[in-house]
Amino acid sequence: MTTTPILEARDLFCTFQVRQGMFQPKRPLHAVNGVSLSIEKGGVLGLVGESGCGKSTVARMLLGLQEPTSGTLAIDGQPLQEIGRKELAKRVQPIFQDPYSSLNPRKTIGSIITLPLYIHKIGHESDRRRKVEDIMDLCGLPKRAYDMYPSQLSGGQRQRVAIARALVMRPEIVICDEPTSALDVSVQAQILNLLLDLRRELGLTYVLISHNLAVVELIASKVSVMYLGRIVEEAQGQDFFRDPRHPYSQALLASVLTPEAGLGVPDAQLGSTFPNPIDPPPGCTFHPRCAHAGDACRTIRPSQIRDSRGLVECHLFDDAVAV
Amino acid sequence: MTPTIKVENLRVSIPLAAGVLHAVRGISFEVAKGETLCLVGESGCGKSLTSLALMDLLPSRAKREADRIELDGADLLKLGERDMAKVRGSTMAMIFQEPMTSLNPAYTIGNQLEEGIRLHKGVSASEARERAVYLLEKVGITGASSRLGQYPHQLSGGLRQRVMIAMALMCGPDLLICDEPTTALDVTIQAQILHLLKDLQREFDMAVILITHDLGIVARVADRVAVMYAGEIIESGDVDEIFSRPTHPYTQGLMNCIPVPGKTAYGERLGTIPGIVPSMIGEMTGCAFANRCAYAEDICLKTLTTRELVPNHAVRCVRAEEVAALNAGLDTATASAGSPA
Ligand SMILES: Nc1ncnc2c1ncn2[C@@H]1O[C@H](COP(=O)(O)OP(=O)(O)OP(=O)(O)O)[C@@H](O)[C@H]1O
Ligand SMILES: Nc1ncnc2c1ncn2[C@@H]1O[C@H](COP(=O)(O)OP(=O)(O)OP(=O)(O)O)[C@@H](O)[C@H]1O
Ligand code: SF4
Ligand code: SF4
Ligand SMILES: [Mg+2]
Ligand SMILES: [Mg+2]
Repeated sequence: MTTTPILEARDLFCTFQVRQGMFQPKRPLHAVNGVSLSIEKGGVLGLVGESGCGKSTVARMLLGLQEPTSGTLAIDGQPLQEIGRKELAKRVQPIFQDPYSSLNPRKTIGSIITLPLYIHKIGHESDRRRKVEDIMDLCGLPKRAYDMYPSQLSGGQRQRVAIARALVMRPEIVICDEPTSALDVSVQAQILNLLLDLRRELGLTYVLISHNLAVVELIASKVSVMYLGRIVEEAQGQDFFRDPRHPYSQALLASVLTPEAGLGVPDAQLGSTFPNPIDPPPGCTFHPRCAHAGDACRTIRPSQIRDSRGLVECHLFDDAVAV
Repeated sequence: MTPTIKVENLRVSIPLAAGVLHAVRGISFEVAKGETLCLVGESGCGKSLTSLALMDLLPSRAKREADRIELDGADLLKLGERDMAKVRGSTMAMIFQEPMTSLNPAYTIGNQLEEGIRLHKGVSASEARERAVYLLEKVGITGASSRLGQYPHQLSGGLRQRVMIAMALMCGPDLLICDEPTTALDVTIQAQILHLLKDLQREFDMAVILITHDLGIVARVADRVAVMYAGEIIESGDVDEIFSRPTHPYTQGLMNCIPVPGKTAYGERLGTIPGIVPSMIGEMTGCAFANRCAYAEDICLKTLTTRELVPNHAVRCVRAEEVAALNAGLDTATASAGSPA
């Protein structure tokens, strides 16, 4: 049985025109270079990859905050353009990295969380108060916080406020871009527990972007790995962490520092030749850093191989190409 | 052998409108040649102020007191500002968390690398340049001589952090302090930088103090660990000992609240540390963790002692032995009961 995915992106491209030097002409930077994604209702898609590979740009497109250069996006089968901005905001909400800068310091917590309801003209005055208190309760915020200001709360409480503000609209999909990376580990644990509980209780669907792969392993049902604007591997979460297939995925997981004494720091053998997104290498864009790179890799762009395990974009898995 | 750095009863206080903030409250430690001490703890526990106190670079309002701060056997507390500046540039060096704040955007990489060594060691321009190229190559920057003319903003985050490391090593320091050297970087670059630091430490036989809140980094890099809470070192010891027998209730709490690949099951709830850190304004008696500790008893609010459970494993907790015994009991209980269903 196939169900319509709650969120589906097909062939997304996003190109920025950037200048490398003050007097140089603008050149195209393909931040997102043909990305397709789909998530089932209640699923958690973990989006991982090197700094600058285009994760946040994908997130902004999913939120309708960044117009794709081309490609289509649909929620429950309905194209994004047909949905309209306000309706979209009701259904898809973001949680960003920094709980400090994303809250207005001059507004009380109550009014910060109520604001989306005002904007979308949802409920009456008394109704709204109840809705807000309910969501605060769900997010583990004490009632007294209603009249407090952001500066009076701890980092973890502020991130809870940001989550409550996102959830008060009762969205179906929440896009979390590094939701815990600015937080201490003890606060991170509270927020991850909260995200897990809310998913269970409200049937939420998450897109989770994080550099912390242990966090992704804990909550993602499916993982997509990006490299230079493309998805190079996609698999069920547990399969992925047990047996990553793409050489970049393997390097990524090999670099994770688990808290086990005596193992030393791994060397993922990636070399220090960082790719320039304006001048991506020919063939497979990962080839200058790949331990398995052969002649084909330097000239032929690998195609997407889809199989029972998911997707991988590497010649090693393509019977038609000898590496 | 004299340790490279020896610190006894270091205190840092900052006068604020609401009272005096006791940010670092009597900590002691030493680090030997070739050894790495990791200072770990959550935001605001005093890690950065500790390192700034060693460098004598505290914010001007902050007051530093200590019974002893010795570098290579020499008393740093007696040094005036000019001599301290010399020490800072040559015998001890520091790598800061955010490389952009410590690199000057208006000067080339070359200028910034060469300035210190020319000033402190009086070497010639060409010698300084030679050393800069040597170190840039050491930290894995290809085409080093052509990089010297570049400006910081022309480099990626990973490259800038490498430049910072090269700069810290220019004068061949005996002590290198790294404050969250990889926090802003992704995991592959983080692993590369830490690998590099280890290699360089071996090559130059340096004592290293590494500050982080990432227990993964601590486990992989440290020889010894000092866990800080509210301005104090609450547990310290050899890295194997701390990770196999974390004893202070706060250390245990920290270890339980991180997801560990292979251990934490998919979708499992994590442990948490309820409550918040107490205000460090004014005097404090007893244990600073008492308001959050599951083992707290009346005695904890009255006295506080550091207990050495085994050589090289000290725990600042009056109930350390009981807590350790309870945990050992728990371990055997679960072991004999088999894995819980
Ligand atoms: N508005 C913009 N104008 C020009 N270039 C941009 C813009 N936004 C992003 N980019 C570039 O697009 C690429 C992808 O950026 P993006 O922020 O999506 O990366 P990311 O994967 O989220 O990285 P990180 O892990 O560091 O957050 C980068 O090279 C970035 O410099
Ligand atoms: N210039 C200052 N003025 C007032 N208070 C300060 C100042 N610098 C630090 N503090 C306070 O001193 C305490 C210790 O700060 P410190 O920067 O050493 O923490 P840290 O352990 O490095 O934390 P983080 O992990 O967030 O970097 C904190 O409570 C902090 O708010
Ligand atoms: S296509 Fe070639 S270079 Fe690219 S990841 Fe696969 S083996 Fe490596
Ligand atoms: S001294 Fe008491 S309150 Fe403090 S950590 Fe030990 S048992 Fe807990
Ligand atoms: Mg991003
Ligand atoms: Mg700090």
